[in-house]
Amino acid sequence: MWVLVMGKKTNNTVSLARSEAPWVRRWRSLLHNPMAMIGLAIILFWALVALFADRIAPFDPLEQKIDQRLAAPSAEHFFGTDELGRDVFSRVVYGARISLPIGLIVIVFAMVVGSLIGASAGYIGGVYDLLIMRLADITLAFPSIVLALAIAAVLGPGLTNALIAMILVWWPEYARLMRGQVLSVKNNEYVTAAVVLGVPNWRILMRHILPNTFGPILVKASLDAGSAILNIAALSFIGLGAVPPTPEWGAMISTGRYKFYNWWMTTFPGLAMLSVVLGYNFFGDGVRDAFDPRTTSR
Amino acid sequence: MSFLTHLARRLLLMIPMLIGITLLLFIVTRIVPVNPLSVILTEKSMDNPEVVQAAINRWGLDKPLPEQYWIYLKNLAQGELGTSFKTKNPVAQDLRKFLPATIELAIGSFIFALLLGLPLGILSAIKSNSFVDHFTRLISLLGASMPPFWSGLILLFALYYKLKWFPGPGRIDARIGSPPTVTGLFLIDSLVAGNMNQFWSALSHLVLPSIVLGWFSLALIARITRSSLLEVLGLDYIRTARAKGMKEWFVIMRHALRNALIPLVTVLGLAFAGLMSGAIMTETIFAWPGIGRYAVESSANLDYPSIMGVTLLIAVIYMMVNLLVDLMYAVIDPRIREA
Repeated sequence: MWVLVMGKKTNNTVSLARSEAPWVRRWRSLLHNPMAMIGLAIILFWALVALFADRIAPFDPLEQKIDQRLAAPSAEHFFGTDELGRDVFSRVVYGARISLPIGLIVIVFAMVVGSLIGASAGYIGGVYDLLIMRLADITLAFPSIVLALAIAAVLGPGLTNALIAMILVWWPEYARLMRGQVLSVKNNEYVTAAVVLGVPNWRILMRHILPNTFGPILVKASLDAGSAILNIAALSFIGLGAVPPTPEWGAMISTGRYKFYNWWMTTFPGLAMLSVVLGYNFFGDGVRDAFDPRTTSR
Repeated sequence: MSFLTHLARRLLLMIPMLIGITLLLFIVTRIVPVNPLSVILTEKSMDNPEVVQAAINRWGLDKPLPEQYWIYLKNLAQGELGTSFKTKNPVAQDLRKFLPATIELAIGSFIFALLLGLPLGILSAIKSNSFVDHFTRLISLLGASMPPFWSGLILLFALYYKLKWFPGPGRIDARIGSPPTVTGLFLIDSLVAGNMNQFWSALSHLVLPSIVLGWFSLALIARITRSSLLEVLGLDYIRTARAKGMKEWFVIMRHALRNALIPLVTVLGLAFAGLMSGAIMTETIFAWPGIGRYAVESSANLDYPSIMGVTLLIAVIYMMVNLLVDLMYAVIDPRIREA
């Protein structure tokens, strides 16, 4: 009898521990992942730098001092000056205002647009699904930066056009993932129940299907943010993204490339970009470990 | 299903894909810009009514869009990709000229990535959580997080400008000159010509860009090798092999690695896409006269026929590589053919 009670008690404890909502457990696991927290700290650091750029930067990032051009790092100019005598440190600080959000903008738009298209394709099916998925296949047949380069060139140089080009080549990855998710969820009984109750299609999609498919999409988005920054920087480097004199990190490296022996012109914006991308990648890996049930850390 | 049937089916599937790729590029060039003539003609020749009329006739710009696409396809089938604004040559001719340099660089970086990535992946799986494992993780992380155009500049500064270990940008020392063209690959052409000076110069010029370009693939190869080897090492047949008293390296090389390499083949296609994207940056930094630099210069000059030509070429190469990867996969793993 006593043993039975003990057994019951133990079972109760187990069931109590299990009653914690899965998303709480996932968030807790994310918060306890040291690498993810380092990543988050790096991103927050740069977010603060971007926010207080006007207070941190000792000089105007666009101010040219021709008599001080190509000066090596010193007490006055921590990161030296560029070919027009602009303070590289101030430009790197102000650059955070551009380089930090662009990755997020690309990913958020690609995610929202791609998810909606993919979800509707998966839910509606038929010819619409076929057409959308073939379009996705064709877009994915190009290495992303190559197609983005062609689209950005046709749209004309500029940061906005570079962002549009990146979103246009990135949405199919999300559409494909989302379509698969919707296909696996839409045959669940609660969806059938909603159909029987006469709930309109768009409402079933928005209220019953989408919330149950978002995990993998979020994981992918958090893993992609770093490469989005790198790709936009690559477009700027080629001359199709941010145009001079915008202090964007990729564009700064691009202007410094002919003077690579003045190492400070390229090293500091590059290090800044590397740290942000590392931050996003650390955080993204953490999100994947916490939210993707397939990954088991070894 | 036999291997040949599998091959035939894959080749047939490529036809709609090719049509789709050309259709997408056609849409980008014809519908996105306000005036498609701006994609075909330079600004200067737009002032010449005769040239404008000739271009309209040649590309059927006064015809409905579906017919325009048909004309575009017919021109394409004859290898007609338009004329470059910048070089004034037919784009197809330019691409033929620049492609060998990219192939040489791609092979160089792939060899670098495999030679280093495979052993690093194996070592970090066998000695997981050791120094080698952490080192490999760092290399992989940097490979995925470093902009290639930046790492190229840093390497140039350190290994060429400061330490003088390697030559600077370019494919070969200008004083030595290029070998007579046979294949377009300098390493092979210089050997054919029997000129070892040219060979060594071409080889030393290939090292830095190969490292920069290959880093991304190296990261991918090391990571996949590590994780799939770790997975395989926990399986029953490995325990059996060990229980039979086999030497550990034999167990790993003969039993584990063979099966661990299957996932690696699938990421080779991904690695190749990385190579193509990276080539655009790497060739620009190292003044490497390949199709990547051609693409960049074309976009800087808004040279649309060249941009579209090079994009189409890269997409077709990418598709071929994916087909190759798929076929390799079928050769290695018979279950794929059955499916």
